Amino acid sequence: MSQPDRPRRIGVLAVQGAVREHVAAITDIGAVPVEVRLPRDLVDLDALVLPGGESTTMRRMIDAYGLREPVRAMAAGGSPVLGTCAGMILLASGIDDGDEPVLAALDIAVRRNAYGRQLDSFEADLEVPAIGPEPLHAVFIRAPVVTDIGAGVEVLARDPDGRPVAVRQGRVLATAFHPELTTDRRIHRLLLTSIEAPAERPA
Amino acid sequence: MTTIERSTWATKVGLARMLAGGVIMDVVTAEHARIAEEAGAVAVMALERVPSDIRKFGGVARMSDPKLINEIKAAVSIPVMAKCRIGHFAEAQVLESLEVDYIDESEVLTPADEEHHIDKHVFKVPFVCGCRDLGEALRRIGEGAAMIRTKGEAGTGDIVEAVRHMRAVQAGIRRLASMRDDELFAAAKELRAPYEVVKQTAELGALPVPNFSAGGVATPADASLMRQLGAEAVFVGSGIFKSEDPERYAKAIVRATTHFDNPDILAEVSTGLGAPMLGISSGEIPPEERLAVRGW
Repeated sequence: MSQPDRPRRIGVLAVQGAVREHVAAITDIGAVPVEVRLPRDLVDLDALVLPGGESTTMRRMIDAYGLREPVRAMAAGGSPVLGTCAGMILLASGIDDGDEPVLAALDIAVRRNAYGRQLDSFEADLEVPAIGPEPLHAVFIRAPVVTDIGAGVEVLARDPDGRPVAVRQGRVLATAFHPELTTDRRIHRLLLTSIEAPAERPA
Repeated sequence: MTTIERSTWATKVGLARMLAGGVIMDVVTAEHARIAEEAGAVAVMALERVPSDIRKFGGVARMSDPKLINEIKAAVSIPVMAKCRIGHFAEAQVLESLEVDYIDESEVLTPADEEHHIDKHVFKVPFVCGCRDLGEALRRIGEGAAMIRTKGEAGTGDIVEAVRHMRAVQAGIRRLASMRDDELFAAAKELRAPYEVVKQTAELGALPVPNFSAGGVATPADASLMRQLGAEAVFVGSGIFKSEDPERYAKAIVRATTHFDNPDILAEVSTGLGAPMLGISSGEIPPEERLAVRGW
């Protein structure tokens, strides 16, 4: 099934947000980036990235052009998906402020803008054992907080106060921070690696 | 164990990057703000009057009443921006105390200083500033602006100045990018901009901060035009709430900004929209009433 000769095609949901930065990161790791604005753009993708941006805007544009069901089906079918910040909110199965979940592909609950307003945006070094011993420098912008975690979800990193900020369930990966804003490509490589890895049984 | 650093340059520019591909809408009430958010705006600009009314009413245009800004902050979950006058750092201090998410040091308000812009590095809240050409953009970045918007001519509904300014910035960048390293010193002098920022722009082949478009966007096709000319996102002032059907206009401009390179979708969202803002041709505005010339 795997064709190592063919470069992997990784889609970036491009309705709004830090699309360009994810496209650059995907190019850096030797995969082919594909901007996704309409359902037809999802054809032949090996993985999908949901970027940072404004989750309320992205939610509306996903529904306006019929992207919700095909993206949900992709995640449910075992395709690797990475959601960063707003992308984590789109993936979550619960949102604390009463908004309806969008994709519900990841068994976590989140609270939007939970660190505060822009003045509370911050940078910090995180321990992320899954990508190696070197700390990961992470940028958090009006970031969400994970408030609840399902049994099958693995915590990959916590913020300095001990709250989960990177989580994984099967091949669905999400971060509250923005790996696309720094030059460390280990989170994107983790996504690429999971394309090759044998499918795990969702817990 | 780990230290946290707040309000860094990376977080300031980072928020601007999160707004890319989106529409930032001028709003004058909490109700407008809710309509904007519902339509898919990525942020709102809290104002007492949209630019076309500032033009009509005349007088001195100042920072908005904090009461209005707080009402708008309470009404929406998307970022809230507010404007201060050029050089009026005390207004900017008030806006920072209100914890707005971005401050626009704006030519739409009456300038408070005809020589100095605000030293934006000393603020924790990020700033956006307007420009007409590359030199002006790089001077503002040198002063600490984390986002640039081309000025256009606000409150006109006429896109011609926005196009002029965006083309000037993009042509300036292409010219810098083609220069030898030893030519950049003279370029900095000519642009009246800090050498370091000039060099960074030449190396990147792009501004070191996101470049958005403002001033004159009144239709979905206007938004598409500016995106195709290189704007990463679009500010819309009077264009939405001075149109016949603001809710539909807001939605249509949001969709046009995302699908800027898809003429089929542009045709669909432009169909039967009702009248855009009436507007005034920017050529009819006497030179002393032009807003874009404010800024030094």
